[in-house]
Amino acid sequence: MSTKTSELTRERTRSAWIFLAPTLIVLALVAGWPLGRTIFFSFTDASLEAIGDSTYKMVGFQNYFGEYGVFNLGAVEGFWNTDWGMAIRNTFKFSLFSVVTETILGIVFALVLNANFKGRSFIRAAVLVPWAIPTIVSAKMWAWIMHDQFGVMNALLKSAGIIDHNIAWTADPHYALWSVMLVDVWKTTPFMALLILAALQMLPTDCYEAAHVDGIHPVRVFFKVTLPLIWPALMVAVIFRLLDALRVFDIIYVMTSNSVDTISMSGFVRREIVDNNYVGYGSAASTVLFLIIGACTVLYLKLSKVDMTK
Amino acid sequence: MNYQQQKILGTIGLYALVAVIALFCLFPFYFAIVTSLKSGTELFSTTLWPASPSIKNYIAMFTVSEHPFGRHILNSVAVSTLVVIASLFLGVTASYALGRIQFRGRGLLLLTVLAVSMFPQVAVLSGMFELMQYIGFYNHWWGLTLPYMVFTLPFTVWVLTTFVRDLPKELEEAAIMDGCTPWGIITKVFLPVMWPALVTTGLLAFIAAWNEFMFALTFVLNNADRTVPVSISLISGADKYEIPWGKIMAASVLVTLPLIALVLMFQRKIVGGLTAGAVKG
Repeated sequence: MSTKTSELTRERTRSAWIFLAPTLIVLALVAGWPLGRTIFFSFTDASLEAIGDSTYKMVGFQNYFGEYGVFNLGAVEGFWNTDWGMAIRNTFKFSLFSVVTETILGIVFALVLNANFKGRSFIRAAVLVPWAIPTIVSAKMWAWIMHDQFGVMNALLKSAGIIDHNIAWTADPHYALWSVMLVDVWKTTPFMALLILAALQMLPTDCYEAAHVDGIHPVRVFFKVTLPLIWPALMVAVIFRLLDALRVFDIIYVMTSNSVDTISMSGFVRREIVDNNYVGYGSAASTVLFLIIGACTVLYLKLSKVDMTK
Repeated sequence: MNYQQQKILGTIGLYALVAVIALFCLFPFYFAIVTSLKSGTELFSTTLWPASPSIKNYIAMFTVSEHPFGRHILNSVAVSTLVVIASLFLGVTASYALGRIQFRGRGLLLLTVLAVSMFPQVAVLSGMFELMQYIGFYNHWWGLTLPYMVFTLPFTVWVLTTFVRDLPKELEEAAIMDGCTPWGIITKVFLPVMWPALVTTGLLAFIAAWNEFMFALTFVLNNADRTVPVSISLISGADKYEIPWGKIMAASVLVTLPLIALVLMFQRKIVGGLTAGAVKG
């Protein structure tokens, strides 16, 4: 009997690897290999043409710590004022502001969606709309709403007496990054709300009944009962969103033409590799971005406590 | 203020919040539809209702030969469908192995799959560029299937594995007793009960592929081979000072309406799939 069982186990293990092989090969081909090459190129002086005919040469850590490297802390204008420094600042500003706002608004949305009212299913469907709209489309839609001369946003704000002249929301360096953040908040708050709503619906109802009987104020109940209970799920959602925000590209590229005032790290990498043809340098920058996101991923895995053994 | 009054006030507050949320979520898309129906000088008035609605902008999208929008839609449909089929096929076999069979290295593999789904896409840009050129995928719409697997495959494998893991053990045990091969178990036992999960993950993968922008922008320069997100980002007017907002909004509405219809139809399943994809474990 025992030999039969172990034979079955061996057989199953073998078929597991056979079933996994195609997926593993494709993942290695589309993720492992290109990532390895990108890291390799970051130590070369490659250009797009040089990639094709292999005429690049190794330059060591030049792209990282050299005179024009990504860690060139002694830049004349100061590291944080170089385009790359700006890209890092913009990306972190964007991620921090967007994720914090989305989390707070997401909680409010989720609490409302969790309440009992007529037309609840309609609202639940409505919040899916911004999420379903392609990023490029939402960027274009908002670019039109925020248009400096004909935009409805300027018109509404002017008629409400909040501003007295038209503002070029996406072109003015003072407002451009904030405008992009607003669009991101609009697009992803619903997603956040749905994740939080899922956590809310798992909560036990008895402690709420107890709180209600004791006449405790709902706000107090929220901070003392609800928030601590949904905290783990909330943190997982926050980091998940953060990972997404850190690699932002589309919205910024389309809304602000990737100007230096709003350029993100992903936008910077693409500009260096594709537009400026500095493949080696761009690859070094993308390796740095990869390491930052990798660190956040590790944090995410730790927090979400994914059980791999189950 | 007595209890009754408080309750009424609470209800009013709740409905006010609901109205604000609905307005916040729907207004921009509503305004895009309104704009797409405006033409001529009316485009530059900020009225919230088109005075003389016309579908001129929609027709214009399909009649400009320098910007073959119809062709771009077909490219997007085709590449997204191919990506979904490939991801689901690979995902089903992989998820059976990962969700049903205990073997050494399984935890590490799941971790790897999850880590790939967190990938910053730009990190593979130069390596992928080289690969695409080398195997002749560069500059063709179908070539995009390869880079798109970076984000659809890990997601599909992960969500399907979560689903397969929760299926009852008895299903499989009975099949093993009957002498069913592992391949038979997948096709005859699991596939028939996996339809709901396949529809959800397939739809989410389709949306992700349909929306992708950076790879499509970088790996396809040939005008006829572009996908819709790039197409919309490139719509331009007669000269560079005139941006045809009516046409851009018409194109935007066209590529979004089918998605919204699908999302609303599969609402419940999608929320479940999204939650499984993000809040893991």
